[in-house]
Amino acid sequence: MKQPKTKLIILFFAAIILIAVFMLIKVTPYNAGYVLPRRAIKIIAIVLTGGCIAYTSMVFQTITNNRILTPSILGLDSLYLFIQTIVIFFFGSKNFTMMNSNVNFLVSVGIMILFSTILYVMFFKRESQNILLLLLVGIILGSFFQSLSSFMQMLIDPNEFLIVQDKMFASFNNINTNILLLSIIIVAGVVIYTLRFSKFFDVMSLGKDQAINLGIDYDRVVKNMLIVVAILVSVATALVGPITFLGLLVVNLAREFMKTYKHTYLIASSILLSIIALVGGLLIVERVFAFSTTISVIINFIGGTYFIYLLLRERKAW
Amino acid sequence: MVKVKNVSKQFNGKNVLENVSLSIEKGKITSFIGPNGAGKSTLLSVISRLTKADSGEVLIDGVDINKEKSNVLAKKISILKQSNHINLRLTVKELVGFGRFPYSQGKLTKEDEQFVDEAIKYMELDSIQHKFLDELSGGQKQRAYIAMVIAQDTDYILLDEPLNNLDMKHSVQIMKVLRRLVDELGKTVVIVIHDINFASVYSDNIVALKNGVIVNDGSAKSIINSQILEDIYEMEIPIQEINNQKICVYFA
Repeated sequence: MKQPKTKLIILFFAAIILIAVFMLIKVTPYNAGYVLPRRAIKIIAIVLTGGCIAYTSMVFQTITNNRILTPSILGLDSLYLFIQTIVIFFFGSKNFTMMNSNVNFLVSVGIMILFSTILYVMFFKRESQNILLLLLVGIILGSFFQSLSSFMQMLIDPNEFLIVQDKMFASFNNINTNILLLSIIIVAGVVIYTLRFSKFFDVMSLGKDQAINLGIDYDRVVKNMLIVVAILVSVATALVGPITFLGLLVVNLAREFMKTYKHTYLIASSILLSIIALVGGLLIVERVFAFSTTISVIINFIGGTYFIYLLLRERKAW
Repeated sequence: MVKVKNVSKQFNGKNVLENVSLSIEKGKITSFIGPNGAGKSTLLSVISRLTKADSGEVLIDGVDINKEKSNVLAKKISILKQSNHINLRLTVKELVGFGRFPYSQGKLTKEDEQFVDEAIKYMELDSIQHKFLDELSGGQKQRAYIAMVIAQDTDYILLDEPLNNLDMKHSVQIMKVLRRLVDELGKTVVIVIHDINFASVYSDNIVALKNGVIVNDGSAKSIINSQILEDIYEMEIPIQEINNQKICVYFA
């Protein structure tokens, strides 16, 4: 149990078993043809979303050198929903970008990248990075986007509101399958692109000064990674909607469980944990609660409980 | 040789460095001294590319640091800042291993391992090399960080207040190590230091800064002079010769 590799293998098999249970539960030869492809699509969406959320949270914590920040705390997913609301508010749900999911998706990703570039210029390029200021601005912007979105949602036609509402809540029963293929392509591209950066993460977690001292082109790496984060958050939010707690939860769970600083292990384990949490959560929602609750509730509940546990344990350690 | 040419730097409209020019001799220990806020640490940060100067240039062995690849510079010059808060759970050996990143990009080769072991031995960390950093005392931590810099194996080593918060024993130990780095391995060491007696006893050259300007620059013997020090620190600093070392007696 001591070796990170062993732990990773355990997580891998746990994820595989959960996926198998999810795929095969109550499958009979008669309904297999109907059930399996639909479940497979859910699983693909889960793997993509879970992977994106875990990866972006881990990378974001590394470049900000902070274990509480996640992209959703900075309001990146509320920005995504804000963009959706704006488009519907000004152009209606029948316009071209809303009708064609892929165009809508690409436009939103573009705006998200723009936003993260602004974030970069405002905070990361400056000499004294003030993490509290970044956090404060993130929270303010996040609630700003949310309030503005809900204000616009009040004003629009109820039928159009339904379309916005559909995007507002995380749900795996309502996966945006139209963009699944595009998401897979984008994520694959991003993964290939970011592989070359992965060796930098361990050093970057030593802090900006040490990273520069050890020869990392810090500004370039941070800029690139912020854009990658913006793209992947867009993919996750567009596919299933905002799952606020998940990133924070799995990244910290991964750190606790793996007890290593090596990002190869940390990233892999947080992605696996994310998949386990989502598939497990979905099983509970579908089989235990028979759809009477949503996966966000389950994840926020488990996540919250875990954090209280962490707090209590830390208090004892003092 | 490190050459600093007309470097200026402003923070929030205040001049921290004003038109600073300086040459740092190779194979010597150079100490930056001066009152708080004189710009010593900023100058060190500019030389090590952690802070970008507003104007002027820094040449290391004739190469402009802004035109050289960061990874190439990391094999030439290393810096250790005074506050090192790392929230990772690292052992001493793992930390020292990070010093090899410019060479190995994270995958330690046999040669890297050898450098790491030597650096650990050099700083006498053998017995605690598998301990976690958060289990160590301030002095041990500081030695571990210096071991990391030694493993980085650069010609130029810059240290920002390496004696900060250390007791006399550890201070002397670290200064002796720096002396050995220069005398035995031919490194060039530049330190920011507040204790002028350590500067007097261990350094070859002293650069005195005040209000962002270099007010004096020369051999340690010539700078440790009552009149010069009084100009720098605005207080009377009598100097005694004890065992052939110039010691400032400014305590009363």
